[in-house]
Amino acid sequence: MTDPRPADPAASARRTPLADVHAGLGATLTEFAGWLMPLRYGSETAEHRAVRSAAGLFDLSHMGELAVTGPDAAGTLDYALTGYLSSLKPGRARYTMICAADGGVLDDLIVYRLADTEFLVVANAANTAPVLAALTERAAGRAAEVTDRTAGYALIAVQGPRSAEILGPLTDAVLDEVKYYAGYPAAVAGAPVLLARTGYTGEDGFEIFARPDDAPAIWAALTTAGAPHGLVPAGLAARDTLRLEAGMPLYGNELGPDLTPFDAGLGRVVRFDKPGDFVGRAALQQRGQAAPQRQLVGLAGQSRRVPRHGYGVLWDGAPAGTITSGAPSPTLGTPVAMAYITPDVAQAAADGGDGRLAVDIRGRAEPARLVPLPFYRRPA
Amino acid sequence: MSVPEELHYTAEHEWVAVSGAIASVGITDHAQRALGDVVFVQAPAPGTRVSAGEACGEVESTKSVSDLFSPVDGEVTEINPELEDDPGLVNSDPYGAGWLFKVSLAGTDGDGDVPPGLLSAAEYTALTAGDES
Repeated sequence: MTDPRPADPAASARRTPLADVHAGLGATLTEFAGWLMPLRYGSETAEHRAVRSAAGLFDLSHMGELAVTGPDAAGTLDYALTGYLSSLKPGRARYTMICAADGGVLDDLIVYRLADTEFLVVANAANTAPVLAALTERAAGRAAEVTDRTAGYALIAVQGPRSAEILGPLTDAVLDEVKYYAGYPAAVAGAPVLLARTGYTGEDGFEIFARPDDAPAIWAALTTAGAPHGLVPAGLAARDTLRLEAGMPLYGNELGPDLTPFDAGLGRVVRFDKPGDFVGRAALQQRGQAAPQRQLVGLAGQSRRVPRHGYGVLWDGAPAGTITSGAPSPTLGTPVAMAYITPDVAQAAADGGDGRLAVDIRGRAEPARLVPLPFYRRPA
Repeated sequence: MSVPEELHYTAEHEWVAVSGAIASVGITDHAQRALGDVVFVQAPAPGTRVSAGEACGEVESTKSVSDLFSPVDGEVTEINPELEDDPGLVNSDPYGAGWLFKVSLAGTDGDGDVPPGLLSAAEYTALTAGDES
């Protein structure tokens, strides 16, 4: 068979504070955005199922943390990002984006307001440098300072329905009172952290920003506390199928510099109602009102063959779009995919059209069905 | 990583077990580890003529799809019926219950002679040495 193994990770790949822990667990490692990361520890399908039914433990220390501080930190972020960050209360977080002047997406972000004049912007690992550069440029001449704090944080996520039960006894925070998209200082396993109720799996869960030196002890405490609840370590492979089932976009797949938030169906992150100008405003106003060129949709495969990133979508055999992400869905038992397709085909497929929609899987048209996003929603 | 002594191998990570005029084919432990969870195997249908080194099917895992190459010349006689419902057998038992297909070898008198061009266990081990992370 063709060798599926990616090129050996470069020796220069950055190691997270938990690299030795992953090696001890026998993880399969992969290079991702310049970092040496655990792809899986055993079966990625078992890791995925554990997160849906119990809990999983993730090392996300590759994510970028950028501090924006100073008297005009809030105003700077209002100008630099699409969101209305000055309306965010300290202790809360928001999903937002940073766009270029032409409205193209530079990254999707979670921004935590730690204090009136202090924010933490969490960027995708591959985009940390460009986001840092853009924020620095956009903060010029303002009373705000942008600092790369990536090396100062380990990031550990506990995700899954049992997360609160597992984390509760290890923290001084009262988890019942920690709302979704809240984030504030707490202690976990005796170490000072920023504790947030956020995630990228479609499950309840927490993200713990810790000092690098404390990360192994926090990981160990969560592992011990979580074992009776079914918690397992989970790698990037499971993280990708979890976020796909939850219909969450991945930068480089559903988001990119040629796409606007509106293309991805995420126009709600663009806050035209906020005061003042922001980078991309004029272009986004225009592109948000123009007839869409494409629409992000969910597809379910009807064979076992998997639609993957870059494959063509067909309508009556003619090109109608492109797959952005696809994988076998452990929860649904069929392949699922997200794709950008033309709005008229999206409409026609929604109105029925059995047998007309297909994915070109290496030269063979495999039938697919339009399904609403997300593919999976956690039980209330 | 397991590389059974009695089997023969290709550089494309297939294994071959020869019994009389029949060769059983699968993918190696190294291959299944690199793939991750196998979710679908498309093996060549019985009756298909296959040639050594030519693509004859595919193996899908969570993260990737790989072409499957025939390690030998001949005609496919059987595919593993268990894989339809349980492709994970390729992961859990790559040299046993996870076999992929069987080939009636061309140009053999059925005395169990090993087709040309295959690697020994030692040669395959050497090929994949240093490939383990």
